Amino acid sequence: MIRKIYLDHSATTPVHPEVFEAMIPFYKERFGNASSIHLFGREAKVALDESREKVAGFLNTDPLEIYFTSGGTESDNLAIKGTAFANRNKGKHIITSSIEHHAILESCKFLQKEGFEVNYLQVDKYGLVNPDELRKQIRKDTILISIMHANNEMGTIEPVEELSRIARETGIYFHTDAVQSIGKIQIDVQKLGVDLLSLSGHKFYGPKGVGVLYIRRGVRLTPLSHGGHHEKARRAGTENIPGIVGLAKAIEIAQRDMEKEESRIRLLSDRFFDKVMQRIPDVFMNGHPERRVPNILNLSFKGVEGESIILNLDLKGIAVASGSACTSGSLEPSHVLSAMGVPPDLAQSSIRFSFGRSNTEEDVDYVAEVLPEIISKLRKMSPIYEQSKS
Amino acid sequence: MPYSTKVMEHFQNPRNVGEIENPDGVGEIGNPVCGDIMKLYIRVKDNRVVDAKFKTFGCGAAIATSSMITELVKNKTLEEALKISRQTVAEALDGLPANKMHCSNLAADALHKAIEDYKNKKKKPESVSKRDE
Repeated sequence: MIRKIYLDHSATTPVHPEVFEAMIPFYKERFGNASSIHLFGREAKVALDESREKVAGFLNTDPLEIYFTSGGTESDNLAIKGTAFANRNKGKHIITSSIEHHAILESCKFLQKEGFEVNYLQVDKYGLVNPDELRKQIRKDTILISIMHANNEMGTIEPVEELSRIARETGIYFHTDAVQSIGKIQIDVQKLGVDLLSLSGHKFYGPKGVGVLYIRRGVRLTPLSHGGHHEKARRAGTENIPGIVGLAKAIEIAQRDMEKEESRIRLLSDRFFDKVMQRIPDVFMNGHPERRVPNILNLSFKGVEGESIILNLDLKGIAVASGSACTSGSLEPSHVLSAMGVPPDLAQSSIRFSFGRSNTEEDVDYVAEVLPEIISKLRKMSPIYEQSKS
Repeated sequence: MPYSTKVMEHFQNPRNVGEIENPDGVGEIGNPVCGDIMKLYIRVKDNRVVDAKFKTFGCGAAIATSSMITELVKNKTLEEALKISRQTVAEALDGLPANKMHCSNLAADALHKAIEDYKNKKKKPESVSKRDE
């Protein structure tokens, strides 16, 4: 029997059993539409309100500032395009970073076609945005700054508090994409000092198809979907009650278990890293060595292309991701690693291991056991490995 | 990206991996930005490709096409070898995923380059005689 080891938790996670349990009634007997005034509707409304309170509690804010969406991508789109459109009379300039998720980057590119101007901040070799650089790029007509909390490819945590302070001093809205940090590190919107923040349910053992956008009171935002008065008329569409209940339950569990789980995952990741470094030469870590969410470990295996590693690991029942061109779906390797100055061949050689609840010490030991053989087999086949060795 | 059984078979057990010492022709293609680098070595005797070996940095398709072409080309005359196209290689592997047809199907190009290299070397008698010594 083939072992199955899932090390791709940054792509998605399984729904936690408690989350699933919490959702079931809202597909069955409590299926009501939260806008209806009868009993069925009221039941749904109560669940919606309670979920909103849980999310607000976790983020340390008011339930009135929590908006449910269909996921991280919609939250990012609404944050970027919604504030841009609502504030175009104040200015047309937006600042973001070059390592954002495509939901941010593509929203910005769309806005550029609509006449907005966007600056993409460079990052250092660890993937960190420089606050001084942000300060320099701010213009009189800057209306929005969007910098992610933790990067999805290599886990580096951005100095959001420092960056948002700069935005606040200059009266510019600040958004952060916290899709990869939720459940891994604390997210307190007051401490972070952000005006908008995106979350997605399925990255922390909640269901797919549901997300959150936190919008601080007073932020002007144009809705992207029009219809009923759901979500205070900022996001029309019947609320996905089972999903919302699931997301809230996932948040509750994240809050309850975060400390314990965080240190467990950190130990697993460190254990794996140490073994790999001992057993395989020419391996480089991408991302910040400490300032990083503990569940993501991104390594480049010199001389070997990422997809060929993924396929070999897959044959052993191990699931990982890569920043290689083949797997990014474009003709170029990861825009994140490229922005960090990682040379193209090493970006092509990158593998993202993202650990999670299901992983044990035995799992990571097994991966560390099969990996050296795979890398050495592929290196023997590589026309660039020997060259780089000399 | 579902690969055919044949692609996976060649990927897992690639044929003719390595280099040929003093090869009669070498074809190198690709660059690290696009993700695939392929180096194909050929030995030519009496106008026939008698041996071929490869080294490839690349994805599953890149490795499988490299392996396949070393099998396809063996004992072919140079004229026959030049007729091997990207399409020939893909078909011999029972097809490649659409997104791989363009970016990772470079083996035929590497082969054509290797043959070109052989022909160029032949034009310069000093390098040929050196090898023959």
